[in-house]
Amino acid sequence: MSGAGPTWTARLRDRAAAAYPPERLLPDRQPAYVASWIYVFGVLTLAALIVALASGALLALEGPQWYHLSAKGHFVNGLHLWSVELFFFTMVVHLWGKFFMAAWRGGRTLTWMTGAVAFLGSIGTAFTGYLVQSNFDAQWIATQAKDGLNAVGVGAWFNVLDYGQMLLFHVVLFPLVLGVLVVWHVLLVRRRGVVPPFPDDRAPRPEG
Amino acid sequence: MDTPEWSGAYRRYDLVKEFVAALVAMVLLTVVLAVVLGSPDRPAISLRHWATAAPADFTLTASTELAGTSATATYGAPYTADPSAGQRLGPLPVQRWGGVREPVDTAKDFVLRPLSTVRGDRPLRAALAVYRAAPPARRRAWATAYATALDKAGGDPAKVARGGYGPVPLLIGRLQTLARGGGLDGILLTEHGPYQTDFAKPLLFLSDGGYLEQQARAEHLGGDQWGMMNETGSYPGQAWLWLYTFWYQIPPFSTSDNADAWVWTLMMLLSLGLVLVPLIPGVRSIPRATRIHRLIWRDHYRHQ
Repeated sequence: MSGAGPTWTARLRDRAAAAYPPERLLPDRQPAYVASWIYVFGVLTLAALIVALASGALLALEGPQWYHLSAKGHFVNGLHLWSVELFFFTMVVHLWGKFFMAAWRGGRTLTWMTGAVAFLGSIGTAFTGYLVQSNFDAQWIATQAKDGLNAVGVGAWFNVLDYGQMLLFHVVLFPLVLGVLVVWHVLLVRRRGVVPPFPDDRAPRPEG
Repeated sequence: MDTPEWSGAYRRYDLVKEFVAALVAMVLLTVVLAVVLGSPDRPAISLRHWATAAPADFTLTASTELAGTSATATYGAPYTADPSAGQRLGPLPVQRWGGVREPVDTAKDFVLRPLSTVRGDRPLRAALAVYRAAPPARRRAWATAYATALDKAGGDPAKVARGGYGPVPLLIGRLQTLARGGGLDGILLTEHGPYQTDFAKPLLFLSDGGYLEQQARAEHLGGDQWGMMNETGSYPGQAWLWLYTFWYQIPPFSTSDNADAWVWTLMMLLSLGLVLVPLIPGVRSIPRATRIHRLIWRDHYRHQ
């Protein structure tokens, strides 16, 4: 097929190549100021997310009742629980670190926003995980959480008493949305690079 | 806008190596925590368990379901059509905006329909016939009088004072028998067919009683116990909900009938604020003012 202008494919390829040359996508050097333990928490968050996804996939392979009935399943449930706790711990440290760096500076507003929405999406994903434990804790959380959702008129659509709906939210819908947000966030980080320090500002400056 | 190229010094960096190291660290830490601490799994409470372990609470709750005075019967949207029920934001009836999309008739769904599935029980069949043949006002009077008398008797049918309760005592007694045999669990779940995943009806019935909450409070899961952040046993729960649960501990939310609606709205606004931090004057300047960044980039500033 021939045409007057470049194909959609060529345009996408050219834009992607311009935005993400290999040395930007997989850098082997960083500005000298990137030298603090706080930077580690971003990659630790990603790593914990991968462990959570992998342990969740193992639970999915054997079905939602597996961990009640087998010691192996209960152990994998433990892996899933602790990977999620670690994920949130590292993510919150990462978030506070980025806040105190004002990491939205230099055209990085969208990087902050995708990260913040991913944080909120993670809360929703974890919440549905607690609802699908099919144990006493899940019963109690469901009967309490329904009041919050019903109070703002959305309880019939986000029906925490419907185990099937919550299971699908937890293993398909929310991870999909969260996955897109995380990939988008990481690509923005790679594109914009790591935010530089404030100029040496011992003298007061006007509000930014 | 692309970031201006950093004109200062660079250092060697290995992104793949860093990622692999982080992944190995997280895997090891997760395995150690799972091996050493495990995970909680207190079994769910069935209606059978409830009716057996706390018969008085079950009986009393069942009588309020029949009388239409239970929490679910008077809940409002999305379960019942009571226009006076439901939470509000000032003049806005937000809870009603969703409509009655999960209708529940507690007398019919929790008591009468399950009992009508029982076969070979002539007294029960006769009691159901009498109850259904009575005018609605008479039914309500029987059920309400029995619920009140049961409450005074601590939920024990044997201690209920004599009165005009019609067939209600027999109906409630048979419902308890059905629940203790495990039949009620299945009937409430399979109302629309055998393949069901919606536990709304058994959970609403269970949560109308006091037993579930009593068990939850013993596990420090109550709303005024910061329960949202807790788990059964001594395990950490959703600690990241600390701000959400915080509002429930303080006035005016802790004393408001509309606390859920207010707290949800407040948290939605705060969440939006978190996303929009880069655009909010004052808030976006906090990092520079606190000077914690000088700690993060101390090497950089030291070499300037």
